[in-house]
Amino acid sequence: MSATDTVHAAGEAREPSFGFWRRSYAMLVKEFIQLRRDRVSFAMIVMIPVMQLLLFGYAINTTPRHLPTAVLIQEDSDLARSVLKALENTSYFRFTREVHSVAEFDDLLQSGKVLFGVEIPRGFERAVRRGDRPALLVAADATDPVAAGSALGALGMVMQTALAHDLHIGDPPAMPFEIRAHARYNPAAESRLNIVPGLVGTILTMTMLIFTALSVTREVERGTMENLLSMPIKPVEVMFGKIIPYVIVGFIQASLIVSIGVLLFGVPILGSVLLLAALTTLFITTNLSIGYTFSTLVQNQLQAMQMSMMFFLPSILLSGFMFPFAGMPVWAQYLGEGLPLTHYIRIVRAIMLKGAEPSNLQYDTIALFVLMLVAMTIAVTRFRRTLD
Amino acid sequence: MNAAPASTPDIAINVEGLSKSFGGREVVHDLSMQVKRGSIYGFLGPNGSGKTTTIRMLCGLLTPDAGEGTCLGYDIRRDADKIKRQVGYMTQRFSLYQDLSVRENLEFVARLYGLRDARGAAREMIQRIGLNGREEQLAGELSGGWKQRLALGACTLPNPRLLLLDEPTAGVDPKARRDFWNEIHALAAEGLTVLVSTHYMDEAERCHEIAYIAYGHLLAHGTVDEVIAKSALSTWTVSGDDLNGLAAELAGKPGIDMVAPFGTSLHVSGRDKSALEATIAPYRDKSGWRWEASEPSLEDVFIDLMNRSKDNFQ
Repeated sequence: MSATDTVHAAGEAREPSFGFWRRSYAMLVKEFIQLRRDRVSFAMIVMIPVMQLLLFGYAINTTPRHLPTAVLIQEDSDLARSVLKALENTSYFRFTREVHSVAEFDDLLQSGKVLFGVEIPRGFERAVRRGDRPALLVAADATDPVAAGSALGALGMVMQTALAHDLHIGDPPAMPFEIRAHARYNPAAESRLNIVPGLVGTILTMTMLIFTALSVTREVERGTMENLLSMPIKPVEVMFGKIIPYVIVGFIQASLIVSIGVLLFGVPILGSVLLLAALTTLFITTNLSIGYTFSTLVQNQLQAMQMSMMFFLPSILLSGFMFPFAGMPVWAQYLGEGLPLTHYIRIVRAIMLKGAEPSNLQYDTIALFVLMLVAMTIAVTRFRRTLD
Repeated sequence: MNAAPASTPDIAINVEGLSKSFGGREVVHDLSMQVKRGSIYGFLGPNGSGKTTTIRMLCGLLTPDAGEGTCLGYDIRRDADKIKRQVGYMTQRFSLYQDLSVRENLEFVARLYGLRDARGAAREMIQRIGLNGREEQLAGELSGGWKQRLALGACTLPNPRLLLLDEPTAGVDPKARRDFWNEIHALAAEGLTVLVSTHYMDEAERCHEIAYIAYGHLLAHGTVDEVIAKSALSTWTVSGDDLNGLAAELAGKPGIDMVAPFGTSLHVSGRDKSALEATIAPYRDKSGWRWEASEPSLEDVFIDLMNRSKDNFQ
């Protein structure tokens, strides 16, 4: 008590009034000045919300329509054409491919090029006219229950009304044929079967980007870049040296997520584990390259983080992870094709849930490769070898 | 690979007309210099005079806007990669990895330069710079003097032929500075060329040759004696009472270019010897002061150069 008294007595610098607010104000002014100096961050403060809102507001559609559908027509009849037209009129289906065999059909579904397959069997029209109630086969890729669900649900109702106008077989009390819908890959429509493989990709995107997005800016901010640049090391060597350790880290992370998915959530791995491991490694490397590219483009760690966020959000929302890819407008789909997660989600779902073969995954594998090479090329050319 | 190109056997650095601007401000202007092999070349000048920029241009970290030249016989524009192999650059700010240990930092450098036995080379260097016992300490935890030794160790590790040291002894205690300079002289004796920038006059006097640069212009160069002689500065040392009063009185009078207190004495200097003597004549007879004609110190010369260059460039 006495000690504090003497301190007060001796202290010439009197505590100014509103000391708390003055000091907070001083700090606040300083922060604003620093924020204003960092032009890029300042721009991103406006850009991130506006861009993302516009982007996702227009792109996201939870009741997707015009889903890519393959048709296998075994007979060319008026009724078959009417049925197909009625299907398209439901606005859920868009016929993108015509196939000639069941094998082709399976292949398209497995590689994710179409979400539905419609098969009109031989002798369909005749069977209808005889009142045999033949089966119209609609196979759906139900890995994503949201994408398949609404289309399948609406199928019976909408078809009936559409056909009543179109067919000249009276006003039947019931459908003249049976629609046999077959939800493949995830017949029970369990969303976790779809979500868990998607999460593998999403989690990896987030962690991998951050690992490398900070790597070059950190060297610059800590002053070690000057020393590094004065030594005989080439940009490619810096890049590989910075990426490779995290490929291993990412691989361990991926194994962990997949193991938990299998053991805890009961997600199967129908395809080859080796193939999954190889393509996951490719995906990890692609993300690390992109993070590293960001690192060479920005000036400080804050910008690197913001840039990663700018990339991460669309990755979640436009890749088919949260919302059906096929339900997005075409421009958003093109955007989505530029994201590694889009391709990886197709790959991981196809291998784990559909038992896909390498031949089913060619396109997405090549896409990941191309994205990786583009990122690496930008990084190497953007890496400044001097302090100019 | 180690053989120097035949064209310049005795010259390590030979540059002509180097210029560099940042954002419209010319930091280095038309700078030419030659550094003999095996010599210690001191680079002096006030803060922001372009010393660091010049050093960075020499080792390929910055591209000159104009001018050309060679470093160890290699073109500074085209052969930056070759120069980097044979030049050790010690940055002004400690730029090794703070979160790596002494040993790990040295091994990193050794591996980067492709030394055959990186571990062995690092171990030897730890011995040489006297950091044994601290090899597992993180570089960030070392004191200033030790950091500077580690940095010197790191840039001499790949056996460079030229060392570029940017204010290596800033913030280091006198004992460590002396040890450091002994090491520099030992390295130069082994044939290494050293270009070192500094603010300390005693360090300048330890160099074989010096150059003085201010506002991007090279103002003087040569040996210490040559630079002093070329300055044509006459200096009188005054000791006695009320030197502050005298200093205030003399400043600005004709013939007096500089009045600077040195401890208990005052240096009064001017470039025009007779004008200086005419001005101080009345004061020399006054009691209480002792006047002595003396040689200008290097510091007098530099401060004079700095004052003059300020007039010219600002």
